[in-house]
Amino acid sequence: MKLTLKIWRQKNAGAKGNFETYKMDNVSTKMAFLEMLDALNKKLVEENKDPVAFDHDCREGICGSCGMYINGHPHGPVPAITTCSLSMRYFKDGDTIWIEPWRAKPFPVIKDLIVDRRAFDKIQIAGGFISVNTGAAPEANSILIQKNKSDDAFDAAICIGCGACVAACKNASAMLFVSAKISQFALLPQGRVEAKDRVRAMVEKMDEVGFGNCSNTGACEAECPKEIKLVNIARLFREYYKAF
Amino acid sequence: MSKVLFSSISKKFVMALAGLFLLTFLPVHLIINLMLLKSEPGPFNTAAHFMATFPLIKIMEVVLFGAILLHISWGILLQIQNWIARPVGYVSGNKSEVSFFSRFMIWTGATILTFLILHWFNFYFIKLGIVKGNAEDFYSVAHKLFKIPAYDFIYLTCFAFLGFHLFHAFYSAFQTIGLNHRLWNPVVKPIALVYAIIIPAGFAFISITLWLFR
Repeated sequence: MKLTLKIWRQKNAGAKGNFETYKMDNVSTKMAFLEMLDALNKKLVEENKDPVAFDHDCREGICGSCGMYINGHPHGPVPAITTCSLSMRYFKDGDTIWIEPWRAKPFPVIKDLIVDRRAFDKIQIAGGFISVNTGAAPEANSILIQKNKSDDAFDAAICIGCGACVAACKNASAMLFVSAKISQFALLPQGRVEAKDRVRAMVEKMDEVGFGNCSNTGACEAECPKEIKLVNIARLFREYYKAF
Repeated sequence: MSKVLFSSISKKFVMALAGLFLLTFLPVHLIINLMLLKSEPGPFNTAAHFMATFPLIKIMEVVLFGAILLHISWGILLQIQNWIARPVGYVSGNKSEVSFFSRFMIWTGATILTFLILHWFNFYFIKLGIVKGNAEDFYSVAHKLFKIPAYDFIYLTCFAFLGFHLFHAFYSAFQTIGLNHRLWNPVVKPIALVYAIIIPAGFAFISITLWLFR
């Protein structure tokens, strides 16, 4: 395939960025999206040019660090996957692909497609943990948990904190992320002990770092690579109201 | 305490409650407006007089204006915060699958506010004595206004926007107050759709009937 790439290039956090156009020939449909970017970077290095900086780690769809905004979608146009799992077979010969970094005030661009996602860490540090002493592993039947609750807690806990929800939301809201972190604890007995303090602290930090407000458009749910559901946001609201 | 009162969730909660209250007011207004279809002015003017003078309604009028004010001011504040949170937009746009009307709530809301101001000048401010007019015969005032094609065009356009606003607002308010559950979710959106069609269609029916057939 022959492709035209329009990629956001920005030297550093303080620099003014712009889109650069790159022509790619011989792109195989068997390549992963990040492999295609690797091929571009190899070419750029051979031409003594600065390679495109982008985050990546596991390349197995687990860590979520490979966040980038591709043709109007976080992680690209295929639902429920991260960028590293995106195959080039979803593109066709002659396509122009726009690649942009996440856009949100709390996620400033560090370089090219890499953004600083420490705003999520700050929210987690504010309350996304259990500090009660849970002791040694208890006997399996000593704390009974409803099956649907443990399933819902697990479904929330698979959030990888990639930031696609913020990137997709027209308001750059982080409520899907925060609601997943709240839900994974709120649904389980061990998490209930600190539920009130947790939700107050995490929401306060979320507001403080400057994320936008949820207007229930559902874009976050549509784009989440781990398919975290909007019901979690309603649970976040309920937990917040119960905390006072 | 102020951090709690002005947190993102508290602001949304207040907006949702105010919005839900406004949702209950619209059918009341529609029922009174349907009396405009009668050939004699008596029933409508009596209802209008009752709404203007009955003590409980007078109290509810204060609550209503409080709800309108809160809904508008918090809506604008939340929108400004949202714009600040995304200072640079995407060149490739936003192609996520979302409820279409949810993207334009601030603009459909602004259209409704523009209409409300016009509506207040035509009726409410006359009742308050701020604008000159016949406060005892709103039936004739309404009939005269609906005979002006430009007014009907503005009226129908604004009520179409009201329908767009209500469709997302109805569902969104339930989500914001935490009522999102797999048991009743399947019925909320259909009810929102029916409400968002019936209420504006009712007002539009009165406008078209008085404009073209009276």
